[in-house]
Order: sequence, then C-alpha cells, then structure tokens
Amino acid sequence: MIKPLLSVSGLGISTVQDPRTLVNSVSFEIMPGEAVGVVGESGSGKTLTALSILGLLPRGVAVAGGSIVFNGTDLTKADPETMRNLRGSDISMVYQDPMTALNPVMKLGRQLLEVIESHEKLDNGSVARVEAALREVGIPQVERAMESYPHEFSGGMRQRVMIAMALLLSPKLLIADEPTTALDVTIQQQILALVSEQRRKRDMSMLWITHDLGVVANLVDRLIVMYAGNIVEAGTVQEIFTNPQHPYTHGLLSSLPSRTDKSRKRLTSIPGVPQKPWLVGNTCAFAPRCFKATSECTASAPKLVGSLEKSVACFHPMGDK
Amino acid sequence: MKRDPLKPKGGFYYYMQSTSGIVGALLLIFMVIVSICAVFGWLPHDPLEQNVEFAMQGPSTTFWFGTDEFGRDIFSRSLDGMRRSLTVSVSAVSIAATIGVTLGILSGYLGRWFDQLVVRLSDVIFAFPAILLALAIVSTLGNSWYQTSLAIAVVYTPIFIRVARGPVLTVKEMDYVKVTRILGFSSLRILRKHILPNVTAPIVVQVALSLSWAILTESGLSFLGLGTQPPNASLGLMVSEAQSIAAFAWWALFFPSAFITIVVVGLNLVGDGLRDALDPARRSS
Repeated sequence: MIKPLLSVSGLGISTVQDPRTLVNSVSFEIMPGEAVGVVGESGSGKTLTALSILGLLPRGVAVAGGSIVFNGTDLTKADPETMRNLRGSDISMVYQDPMTALNPVMKLGRQLLEVIESHEKLDNGSVARVEAALREVGIPQVERAMESYPHEFSGGMRQRVMIAMALLLSPKLLIADEPTTALDVTIQQQILALVSEQRRKRDMSMLWITHDLGVVANLVDRLIVMYAGNIVEAGTVQEIFTNPQHPYTHGLLSSLPSRTDKSRKRLTSIPGVPQKPWLVGNTCAFAPRCFKATSECTASAPKLVGSLEKSVACFHPMGDK
Repeated sequence: MKRDPLKPKGGFYYYMQSTSGIVGALLLIFMVIVSICAVFGWLPHDPLEQNVEFAMQGPSTTFWFGTDEFGRDIFSRSLDGMRRSLTVSVSAVSIAATIGVTLGILSGYLGRWFDQLVVRLSDVIFAFPAILLALAIVSTLGNSWYQTSLAIAVVYTPIFIRVARGPVLTVKEMDYVKVTRILGFSSLRILRKHILPNVTAPIVVQVALSLSWAILTESGLSFLGLGTQPPNASLGLMVSEAQSIAAFAWWALFFPSAFITIVVVGLNLVGDGLRDALDPARRSS
C-alpha cells in the first residue's frame, strides 16, 4: 500500500487568547503525486489549514489539536528550525498576489539564488540551475531576466517567476493559494496550465486552495469542500461534480453558470451568510442555511463518513441522482 | 553619452533635480575639503602658535580671517576647528546609526517584549533635552574627542531606533517578506537582505540631519567648556572665547560662527535633497 505524503488528522486551529475555533477537526490525506483541491468561502479555514502545514500560522493563532504528518514527521511537533528547512525545499507554496510578492529592490536572479542559499551552499552550478528554472516556466531572455528588477515584469511574468522560485528545490508538495486571483483570465489559464504541466512532469503532490470550483475542476484529482472550519464533503472531482451529496456542495455547483444552459435564468444562490466557525458548536455548521435541515442537524454535528473516493458530513445527503 | 530613455533613472539623477540638494552638496564638499586641509596641516599658520605682536588684528592678506587676543590665526583655527567638529559628529552619528538602526530593525521585526523594552528605553532618553543629556554624560565620562562622540551618540541613538523601527513594521507585513518566510529563509537573511534594503531611504536622510544636529551639539558642548579643551581649536570654543572681545574684534566671533552655520545649513539642504531623491512620491517631474 502506498503511504500518503501528507496526512492531516483531526486538525484543529484556534485563537490563542479567548479560544475561538477557526478550523475544527479537519482530516485529509494527499498521496504522492496527487493533486487535492480545497474549496471554500473566505473564512472557511482553507488558508489557515495550508498555513498550518507550513508552520506559519499568523500571530495569535495556533494549532489546537490533531496532527499533520508529512513524510513520516509530525509537523505540529517539529521545532522551528526543522520547519524552516522543510519550507521552500520539501514543501513550497505559490503566493496569491505576484505583484507584491517579490522584493522590489533585489534583482530577480539574486532572489532565486537566495532560495538555494537558504537551504544549500551556493556553488558554480547554482546560477545555471536558476536559469534553467526560469526557462522551465517560460521566461524569455533568461540572462536578461536574471538582471532585471520585479517592476520590469508584468503580473503574469512575475507569477511565473514565483512558480520558478517555489519549484527551484523540487518540493515534494506544492501548495497553491489562489495563485491566479490577481491575474486576468487569459493569463490565469496560462499559469494554471503551467503549474499542471510542472506537476505532471515532476510527479509532485499539490494542494490547490481556491474559492472557485471552475478553476480547480481540471487541475486536481480529489476535492475537499470546507464550510465554516469543517470539511463537509470530500471525494474525487468526478464524484463531486456529477453527484454532490452535501447540500452545500450542491448549492455551490448550482451557483456556477453553465455554458450549455441557454435559459437565461438567474443563477441559484444559497440564502444567508456563512456561519462564524467558533459559533457553530456541536451542530451542523450549514444547518441554518440548509433547505434539508431538521432538528437532528442542530442536535449534534455530523461526522465525515465514507471512502477516499467519496465522503460526506451530513445527516440528510442529497442521495444518488 | 546620450541616456537610454527606457533605462530607469538612478537616485543620483533625482538628487541632481533638487536645487537645495545641489547647494547643500556644494557647501558640504567645501567644508570637507577645508577639513582635509586641516588634517594634513595645509594651513597658512600653526593654529596653536601664539604671537602677541599680531594680537587682535583684522582680516588681512597675512591673516585672512584676522587674529584673536593671543595673536593666533583665526583662519587656521577655524579650519582645524571644523575638522574637530566633523570628526566628533561623524563618529558620533556612525555609532548612533549603527546601534540605533540595528536595535530599531530588530525591535520592529521581533516585536513583543523586546520591542517594548527598546521603545521604552528610547523614550526615557528622549525625555531629556539633547544638550542636557550630552552635558551630563560628558561631565561623567570626560571630554576627550571620543568621549564627546560617545555622549552625542547616546543622545542620537533613539532617533535612529524610531526612524528604522517604523518602516520595518510596514515592510515586515509586505507580501515579499511573507514569501521569504514561506520559502524558508532564515530570520537573519530576511532582516539583512529583504527588510534592511527596503527601509534605508529614511535612514539615509536621518543620517544627514543628525550630522547637522551633532555638529550643533558638539559646538554647544565646547561652548560650555565641556567639549574640546583650550588651547585646541573647536568652532564652539572659538565662539565662546570670542565673546569677550567681540566688541573690538568682530572677526573673532564672525568666522567660526559662519563656519558652523554653513556646515549645518549644508547638511540640512543635503538632507532635503536626499529626501526628494529617495521618495518616489516627490519625483513629480
């Protein structure tokens, strides 16, 4: 049996003072070479989950329970220096906004060399390595780019540089936190294609974080849907798109515009606003907005049950179509 | 050579756009040349040589700035005094900037108790008037040139702490610093290579301004008798000594005072020029 590369189990994240649960008992696994997407609204805990894997939760927020096992080590118990060594080399991340994510006063070549220097000794081959990495992500005139400052590059080009930086040390796991939200649609497609291509080439695992189901559909093998700090549904992309079980996933999918539907009807929306994770308590977080909710839903919290292909946390799943 | 219109303009280009910057730089260059002459002893007369025969003479072709009551050449003494003032203030500001910027950046970046401690300590030093605190330190330490610089350094360190700490608070929240953490850079590397270069502009301006204040403080201390000691020349001391004879010999008071004024104005103008050159928002034209 193949061992998962990353195994998150029962992960809870909460504020340190006046404890407020932000992420509640999240469990999932990423196999070697597998791409997993995490979908959810702002505040659903998807970014915090990713940051906790990197050991970079913001000040005042901490892991409250559970474990994050990466390649055999529990990252929640690792010391800061081990985490620092892991970041950028074994686990890397592509940042959201490429416009502000590069040091404005440092030449690009130097910034990439810094990544190598942070984890290994620089040698004669380092510059060639950086140039190869830039070529790999489709930067033209690499020698000139090495000597350029970030402001000389467009957003799309900067995101390519960011990807080159993240991939430079051949990480086993790449986290992408909405890497295309700051880009326009055509560039978005190019960047998504680039990351996908690199993933296949390197047989790298990926964690895509997004609020846009349409973006991840073609990029990942499995999807995790988060709502108010909980995983409400997880499964293969095929399963989730064709046969959503959780009413929330169902609602998300029916809010997507369809290319084939020409009826010009209004898009369906889910009534209400997302619940604050710390106010959920021992109930189904989605119950207040759910059209199938019963007294059972507010009496206790549903558990995520099912297989790797398909699991759902709901007392009244949608049922098969 | 024609400049490439697409090539970004450097800081020097913008500095030269500022009139006050150019004037200030010229005044400063003049003062530095004057001090270098004094360092190598290229002076028309020995600044310490007394000659009662020529006492209290007005400016002439032999004594360009006239002589004082002991017949010493005021021109030579002014140049030598300028050298002393600059030595003391440059070393004071170097110490203050090094310690202040290091503490300021660390305190801004680390935050928590360290930040509290550093900020409170600098508040304590700020609470004293600069010249009073310098006076107190000099009277305890002694008044050789390095002790004077040390006293002035203590007084000006908190300013550098503040000037460095403020922008660090902003820069450490910038995405590019977050990315360095995501990619596993060490804290030292982040501070040295990614934060420091992005907070230098206000520090550079502060160095120019602090130099002018340090010169004033040094002159003040010497004027009060706690800086440079007679018979050595210092601008502040010369002003102090000239008080009693100013009614008969205006030149003894005028020239050292003029030197102080020129160097202070020059440094302030350089500070203005640097601020204009380093602040992108001011690069209007």
